Amino acid sequence: MSSAAVSIGRSNLQRFLSGYGQEIVVLLSIVALFAVVGAVNPRFLSDTNINSIFAGNAYIAIAAIGMSMIIMAGHIDVSVGAMIGVIATIAGSLAVAGYPVWIAWTVPILFAVVVNAGVGALVAYTRIPSIVVTLGMLSILKGGLISATGGAWISDMPVEFMIAQMRPYGIPSAVYFMVALTVLAAMFMRYTDFGRAIYAVGGNMEAARAAGIHPERTVIGVFALHGLFTGIAGILFATQLQVIQSTVPPNLELTVITASVIGGVSILGGTGTVIGSTLAAILFACIGSALIFLNVSAYWLRAVLGLLILATVLADMARRRRAK
Amino acid sequence: MTALKWLRHETVLAVLTIVALAVLASLSDKFFTVENLLNQGRLMSEVGLVALAMTFVIVTGGIDLSVGSILGLTAILLGVFWKNLGLPLPAAMLAALACGTFAGWVNGVIITRFSVPPLIATLATLALYRGLAEGISEARSVRGYPEWFFVFGQGEVLGVPFQLWILGIAILVSAVILGLTPFGRATYAIGANETAARFSGIRVNATKLWIYTAAGFLSALAAVIFVSRVTTTRSDMGTGLELDVITGVVLGGTSIFGGRGTIIGTVLGLVLIQSLKNGLALSGVKGDGTIVVIGLVLIGAILVGALFDRNRGG
Repeated sequence: MSSAAVSIGRSNLQRFLSGYGQEIVVLLSIVALFAVVGAVNPRFLSDTNINSIFAGNAYIAIAAIGMSMIIMAGHIDVSVGAMIGVIATIAGSLAVAGYPVWIAWTVPILFAVVVNAGVGALVAYTRIPSIVVTLGMLSILKGGLISATGGAWISDMPVEFMIAQMRPYGIPSAVYFMVALTVLAAMFMRYTDFGRAIYAVGGNMEAARAAGIHPERTVIGVFALHGLFTGIAGILFATQLQVIQSTVPPNLELTVITASVIGGVSILGGTGTVIGSTLAAILFACIGSALIFLNVSAYWLRAVLGLLILATVLADMARRRRAK
Repeated sequence: MTALKWLRHETVLAVLTIVALAVLASLSDKFFTVENLLNQGRLMSEVGLVALAMTFVIVTGGIDLSVGSILGLTAILLGVFWKNLGLPLPAAMLAALACGTFAGWVNGVIITRFSVPPLIATLATLALYRGLAEGISEARSVRGYPEWFFVFGQGEVLGVPFQLWILGIAILVSAVILGLTPFGRATYAIGANETAARFSGIRVNATKLWIYTAAGFLSALAAVIFVSRVTTTRSDMGTGLELDVITGVVLGGTSIFGGRGTIIGTVLGLVLIQSLKNGLALSGVKGDGTIVVIGLVLIGAILVGALFDRNRGG
């Protein structure tokens, strides 16, 4: 909103750049990282490593797209990691039980959409804050999953089920999903009424209502959509390794939320883009991998990552203050 | 009028807690014994201490996700100061407490001086502090503490677990501060409307800085008790603590949007969660099943509270 007001009288290019400030910062960081780390250790630029960075983290980027929409609408979902664990387990169990692969793929995604739509309805109509409802969902999904499976590993899934391991034209399928979903979501947010309604509801719910938007339906819709992205992320997560540990991946929700926020989605709602969150997810993956190639002790990985997140946030706050 | 509004959720919660205690006592005769209840108080103390500070944090409209990481970092530093740097254990404890308090102060500075939203600031320091704990410890644990040190986590005074006394004092102090002092009123005012509070001459930044620093201190205190109780330090201590703490505070009726909440509510929320965990386990429900129940109770209790008060902010 403020960037549009400020950029009156500037050239189109400047206006474009100021609208995507955070995305460009993240993109340049990725390019700089590849250049610097590649110069120090050329093996960082090997096919294998680049493949593992992009394919291995595509599911985080995809989950971060849905999370970005949720945050733009002024909400949050702390149960996303638990949901991905549940989806992976359902998908793996169905596949091992001999159901056709399309059922093993679609049923868990449908489950995520329905459950999240229910969460959305609860948030929209009872006005209970989404962090409370999803905190409860986190407990329910996590406890339910471990009670049902005992944390057993699922293995021996049929080959045709392993969609994340397929490589059409030599590129891991997860990368296709990540790129396609990011582009689709970005166009959806920009060019559809529903996409604009998400921004409007996140900006000011009552103003959105006055403008003829149905805020409750929008919130349910955005949670259902987030369920769809979480579902796809869960299927990719389930199929990228030969075994599925039927537990909740630790700290996954924080990784996903951090990617959305660092990618430029304001936690206050109303602004941000999904391209930024995908770029931020890639940036994290690059940093994690770069530290290994720079011989930083694995024990210090998280400290360095935390420091970088903090630096990004502080730089962003300084930039926003200047923009004002 | 507003006092009545606050009391409503606490009343619902108190009734719910009594019902839960009665049902759990009828399910297992081991539950409602003095020994078991005191033992549960012991287990509740670490989450409880942090939840008291978290109540202040959430009443200002903020959040602190880094408390579990501060606990982990303080635990590791305690071990390092004592074992690797050779400080006497009491000095090591004080130094570790100071570091944990400093970590909380850093959160406060990031939030107040740089106006970073608390969720993002503490998301970053959650990773940073846990990362420091992992890096400093290199996944080595420290054991072999002297016998006297175990009094904090395992000892008793007048038949009541040591840390339950600390928790009790902390509850009293924080209830008085939040309920009866200008500082407490400033805390509510900031959560209700930060700009208005600023214009009425409340020192918003100083108040918030104190609160996040206190969250660091109480997390550090919880760390010392935790280490003393389990007799070892590991870098993953306190992982996920923030969610347990927030669940307790929110179940206790503190509005996540700020401006409302009481220490009594938080204490009731903590007691309800702990008795559910323990009582269900004693009645044969497996540990993971109890997590499901806690999730349902959280949503259910807030739902009932919302029905009582349709004007909740959204």
